[in-house]
Amino acid sequence: MYTQALNSSDGDERFVEDASRAAAFQARIDDDERIEPNDWMPAAYRKTLTRQISQHAHSEIVGMLPEGNWITRAPSLRRKAALLAKVQDECGHGLYLYAAAETLGTSREELVDAMLAGKSRYSSIFNYPTLTWADIGAIGWLVDGAAIMNQIPLCRCSYGPYARAMIRVCKEESFHQRQGFEIMLTLCCGTAEQKAMAQNALDRWWWPVLMMFGPPDQASQHSDTSTKWKIKRFSNDELRQKFVDATVPQAEFLGLTIPDPGMKQNPETGHWDYSEIDWTEFKQVLAGNGPCNRDRLAARRKAHDEGAWVRDAAAAYAAKRESRRTAQAAE
Amino acid sequence: MATPNTPLWEVFIRSRNGLAHKHVGSLHAADATLALQAARDLYTRRGEGLSIWVVPSSAITASDPSEKGMMFEPAETKIYRHPTFYDVPEEVGHM
Repeated sequence: MYTQALNSSDGDERFVEDASRAAAFQARIDDDERIEPNDWMPAAYRKTLTRQISQHAHSEIVGMLPEGNWITRAPSLRRKAALLAKVQDECGHGLYLYAAAETLGTSREELVDAMLAGKSRYSSIFNYPTLTWADIGAIGWLVDGAAIMNQIPLCRCSYGPYARAMIRVCKEESFHQRQGFEIMLTLCCGTAEQKAMAQNALDRWWWPVLMMFGPPDQASQHSDTSTKWKIKRFSNDELRQKFVDATVPQAEFLGLTIPDPGMKQNPETGHWDYSEIDWTEFKQVLAGNGPCNRDRLAARRKAHDEGAWVRDAAAAYAAKRESRRTAQAAE
Repeated sequence: MATPNTPLWEVFIRSRNGLAHKHVGSLHAADATLALQAARDLYTRRGEGLSIWVVPSSAITASDPSEKGMMFEPAETKIYRHPTFYDVPEEVGHM
């Protein structure tokens, strides 16, 4: 949160590696100390966190698009007010996260430009369309539910600004999941057609949501160092299993069927075993070939371009007032 | 074209009367008026505050983490600055 003010004098020194400092750094991590923006840190730690936090921020911002799609068509004023508040929250979460990422020395403008240029990713889940109102329920219930599973351990992440941002985000996020579940429950208690709509949304979102936790443990490229640095506290598969175990009884309560005929409870462990995930689909979506990748980026670029005059005008007005003040002070 | 940078501000919020303003985060804004409006939207969506301060980040002078020892260690050895350092007989009661 102090990037521009305090890190500017570091120059290129922060990219130089130093074995004794690296050891002292790891000792602090092992001791469960928090790392703060102006503390020494290995260049790879800085790079990993900048990548992870900025991608997390982009996900919040792009995540506004699929839900924003339904604000004007929400079925009641109550639902509309809740959805509007939720989409505003996502924007806020994006901004908290950009501020946390900036403390590592890259400006928000550079981070946003990287996303608009297609050089920085956002969560694959937002490349799926919201076809019906039930999708808004499914997103809150499942997508936000999965996000919470991922984010709660991040509140204890070794990097202070990220952990603090996640505490704020998690506090606000629990209403998101509850409003989603309520939408699903209302549909499931409604007409046969409404219930079928809820089932259809679950059918389409289930597998992409399981993919949100990332590749299986044996294939994940970032896990080892992230665990060592206490950025990551649980593996992808552990979090995925926790999510499945929590969600199966909720689906049962709704009277909906999880679209996995092979799913069954393991009599020994008590966990719900799920079928093999189609990772080729995941790779295709990450590579830019999901159903909405081009739409999402085009929408962000359009918003950014159409907002340029506002940024320019605000900067010009601030400069004019500043020069007037300086002139008055000189008199 | 690269997007030009907008100044950074630190945001402080007083949550209830009687409590001090507390740092809650930062944001970008072209000037102080816009920074206040953005802080309202970003940090008080659930009635978190009764008063907001915004301060240009560039106006903050911070202590150097590498001088942490020199800055703060002297206080650690002065345990006689705490009330628990002094023995008061039990018969005297709470003091």
